[in-house]
Amino acid sequence: MAHFTKATGVKDWLNQRLAVETVEKVMMSEYWIPKNINFLWAMGMVLVVTFVLLLVSGIFLLMYYVPTVDEAFYSVNYTIMREVDFGWLWRHVHGVAASVVFLVIYIHMFTGIYYGSYKKGREMIWISGMLLFVAFSAEAFSGYMLPWGQMSYWAGMVITNLFAGGSLHADGLVEWIRGDYVPAQAFLGRFFMLHVLLLPLAIVGLIGLHFAALRIPHVNNQDGEEIDFDVESKKYLDGNKAESKVMRFANDFMSKDMMVVGIFLIFFFYLVFWNYSFALDPVNFDPADGLKTPAHIYPEWYFLWSYEILRPFNIDLGLVLFGFAQVIFVFLPFLDRSPNTCPANRRGTMFKVWFWLMLSNMIVLTAMGKLPPEGIFSTIGLVAAILFVVQWLALPFITSREKKV
Amino acid sequence: MKNKEPIILIVVIFFSLVTYYLVEPFAHGVMHKHVDSENFQYNDLPALTKTGNVANGQELIINAGCVGCHSMEKAGMPAPMDPVMAAQSYGVNPPDLSEAGAVYDAKFLAELIKNPAHALKVEHKFDESKGEMHPMVPFYGMGGDIDQEVADMVAYLQDLAVSPDEVTPAMAFENACGRCHAVGYENWTQIGTKPSFKHEKDSLAFDIKVMEYEESLTKYMGKLPPDLSIYIRSRSEDFLRTFIENPQNHLAGTAMPRVGVTADAADKVLEYMKDSGDTKRHEREEIGKMVMIYIVIFAIFAFLWKKQVWRDLH
Amino acid sequence: MENNSRRGFMGKAFGAVAAVGAVGSLVAMKKSWDPLPSVKAAGFTTLDMTTYQEGVMVTEKWRGKPIFVLKKSAEVMENEKGNPAAEARNIKIGDDNFMVAIGLCTHLGCIPAFRPAENDFLCACHGGMFDASGLVTKVPPPRGFDIPPFKIDGTNLILGEVGPEWQSMKDNGVTL
Repeated sequence: MAHFTKATGVKDWLNQRLAVETVEKVMMSEYWIPKNINFLWAMGMVLVVTFVLLLVSGIFLLMYYVPTVDEAFYSVNYTIMREVDFGWLWRHVHGVAASVVFLVIYIHMFTGIYYGSYKKGREMIWISGMLLFVAFSAEAFSGYMLPWGQMSYWAGMVITNLFAGGSLHADGLVEWIRGDYVPAQAFLGRFFMLHVLLLPLAIVGLIGLHFAALRIPHVNNQDGEEIDFDVESKKYLDGNKAESKVMRFANDFMSKDMMVVGIFLIFFFYLVFWNYSFALDPVNFDPADGLKTPAHIYPEWYFLWSYEILRPFNIDLGLVLFGFAQVIFVFLPFLDRSPNTCPANRRGTMFKVWFWLMLSNMIVLTAMGKLPPEGIFSTIGLVAAILFVVQWLALPFITSREKKV
Repeated sequence: MKNKEPIILIVVIFFSLVTYYLVEPFAHGVMHKHVDSENFQYNDLPALTKTGNVANGQELIINAGCVGCHSMEKAGMPAPMDPVMAAQSYGVNPPDLSEAGAVYDAKFLAELIKNPAHALKVEHKFDESKGEMHPMVPFYGMGGDIDQEVADMVAYLQDLAVSPDEVTPAMAFENACGRCHAVGYENWTQIGTKPSFKHEKDSLAFDIKVMEYEESLTKYMGKLPPDLSIYIRSRSEDFLRTFIENPQNHLAGTAMPRVGVTADAADKVLEYMKDSGDTKRHEREEIGKMVMIYIVIFAIFAFLWKKQVWRDLH
Repeated sequence: MENNSRRGFMGKAFGAVAAVGAVGSLVAMKKSWDPLPSVKAAGFTTLDMTTYQEGVMVTEKWRGKPIFVLKKSAEVMENEKGNPAAEARNIKIGDDNFMVAIGLCTHLGCIPAFRPAENDFLCACHGGMFDASGLVTKVPPPRGFDIPPFKIDGTNLILGEVGPEWQSMKDNGVTL
C-alpha cells in the first residue's frame, strides 16, 4: 500500500492521492510540442472549443425540446425561438457550430494528409480521428432529424432507404431502423436518444482515444522532421529555450491555440448572428409533411461530396461506391506506401498532384451534390465521382514508386 | 525560416470560400428562379385618369350593392353574415372595406371593381367564357362615366381608411392575407384572433368554426393556404416580397390571387411576418454587436499573451 | 526576471478577459431558466365571486396551486368579531365575506382537508389545523394560510394582481 504522510497543504494532499503534479506535467507543461508547426496545428483546440459550444448550447436546447412528432417542430420554432430567453441564441450557436465543426474537421483532415501526419507510428491518431469523423457525421445526421421539418423528414426517408441495399431489397432492415413504414414517432424517439446520449458518449470516448494516440508519437511538424524529444526537452528545461526545437504545450503552444481560437470565434459569431441560413436551412422551417417532397432536397454541405458519389450511378453501383467513399479515408495510412513523412509538395510531382486534385475534386463533388442533377452538372458529377474512385485506387501505386527524399 | 503562415491562411480561406460560394449563392441561384420586383407599380393595370369625388363614391358604394357582401365597420355597416357562412357562400370571407383604401394600391382597387379576376390575376381559374365567374360581381357602371364612378369609389375608400402611414403591420396582414392564411404563432385564424377561453368547450367550439371555414376555403382554393407563422424563415424576404407582388411570377397557375398591396403595405406585411417568425431579430442584432466587441477584445488579449510567451522561444 | 513577470501578467490578463466572457454566458444561461412568458401570462386567474355559496368550500387553481374559497356565514362572522387576526384576513366583496387563501399547509406544503361539520381544515400530513378564517388552531404550522395577491374588481377577484386591500394585508404582516 502506498505510504501517505501528513499533507503540507492542499496541493500536497491532492498530489499524494491524485499525482496532480505529474498529471499536469504529462498533459500540460512537459507535453512537448515541436516549434516548427503553424496555425493549422491549432485546429485541434478549435475543435475542442467548438465541441464545448455544441455541448453547452445542446444542453439548453434539450431542456425545452419535446421529442414527439406532434410537438417537436413547435417546441423548436415556437418555444425555443420565441419563448425561452436566449433560446434563439442556443439554437443558432448549435446549428452553426454543427456546420462549422465540419469545416474545421476537413481542414484538420487535409492538414494531416498534406503533412503526412498519419505515417510512422501516427496511424492510430489518423484512425481514431476518422472514427471521430464517422461519429460526428452520425451525430450531425441524427440532430438534423430533431426539428422535424421538411428536410429532417425527407433526409430521414432517403438516408434510411440506403439501408435497403439497392437490389438486395432489405426493406425489413429499413423498417427495423425506422420502427415504422415511414419515419415517424419511433424513428424520432430513437434518433433523439442517439443524438443526446449514445453518440455523444461515443464522441467523448473517441476524443479521449484521439488524444491518447497523440501522446506517444507526439504531434507531427511541418517538415516531417524526426525530433528527439528527450534531448530537445532537456535543452528547454536547462534554460536554452530559444535553441530547443520543442516547446511546452502549456503555456507556450496554448497561448497560440488561444490566439487562433480568438480569430476563429470572430468568424464563428459573425455566422451565428448574421449569416446563419447556410447552417439552418430555410426548407427545414416548413413542418414535416409525408405527402409532399420539397422541390430541392440535399444534405447539409459536409455530406454533399459523398452524396454526389451515390447519385450519378445506378442504385447498386452507387451504393457500393458510396460505401467505398465512406470507409476509404480510414485506410489512408496503409494505402500510402511511401517512405516519406513530409509535406505533399515535397514528395514529388505525383503525390503533389494527387493531393491538390483530391482536395479540388472533393470541392467539385460538394458543389455538384447540391446542384440539381441535370445537364452539365450531372456530367461533371459523374466525372468527378469516377475520378475520386480512380485516385484512391491509384494511391498505392503512386506512393510505392515515390523516391525517398 | 520564412514565415509561411500568411500563405497557408490564404490557401485555407480560398478553398473555404470557393466551397461556400458554390454551395450557397451559386447553387441557390441555379435552384431558385430569380424574379425582379416591379416595386409594386402594377404597370399592367391602366392608370387612374379621373379625380374621384368622395361624396359620390360613398353613394355609389351603397347603391352598387358592395355592402351586400362587404362590411364597412368603420362606416357603421356590419357584415351581412358571419365569416363561416360567408365562406360557404363565396369560398372566402369577403373583406371588410374599412381600411382597403390604405392597404391596397388605387389602380389595383379600380381594376378590381371593374374586373376582379383580371386585377387578381386569377383569370386561369375564372374563365368567363366557360361560365366560371369570380365570386365578386364586377361593377358594370351606374349609367355615367364608369371610370369616373370607379375613381369616386376609390376616393371614398381612401377617405374612409386611415392615412397610409398609420397602417399597422397587423392591419396590413389581416386585410391582405389573413382571410386565407392562419398565423398560429400569433394566434391568428382566418376568422380572426382566437380569444383566450376559460372553458375548453368554448375553445373547441371556436376551433370547429375555424375548421368549417377552412373546409370552404380549401374547396375554393384547391388546397388549404399554409399557415405563415415562420414563412419569413422558410422563404427569403426577397421571395416573399416578389411573391406578394405577383404570385404568378413564382408559381405560374397558382390559385393565390395577386393581393394588390401598396409597397408600404407590403413592407408592413413582411414586418408582421418577421414579428411572428423572427421575433427576436432586434435582440439578435444587439447581442450580436456586443458579442463581437467582446470576442475581438478576447482575440487581442490572446494575441498579446501569445506574443509575450513566444518572445523567449525564438 | 522582469520579462517573466510581464509574461505572467499577460497570461493573467487574458485569463481575466476569458472569465468575463464565461460570466457573460452565465447570464444567458440564467435567463434561459426563467419562467417562460406564457407561464407568466397565465399567472392571473379571475374569480366571479357571485357564484359561491355560503359554507361550501370551493378549490380553485391559480399558478398551479389550490386556492381555497369559502363564503362565510353570518355565524362565522359573529365568531370572528373581537378577533383582530381573523378580521384582518377577511375579504369583503359587496355584502359578502370570504376567506380566500392558498390551500397549502404553511408547515410543509400538503393540502389540508375541509371538514364541513367542524367548519375547519385538518392537514393529514402532520395534524396541523386551521379555522374557517384560515388561522392556525393547532401546530405544527407556523402561521395561517397565505393569501394570494388579489385585486377586487367589482364582484370579481383577480388573483395575481396586487390591489390595495392585499397590499395593506402584506404591509401589516397578515400574509407573507
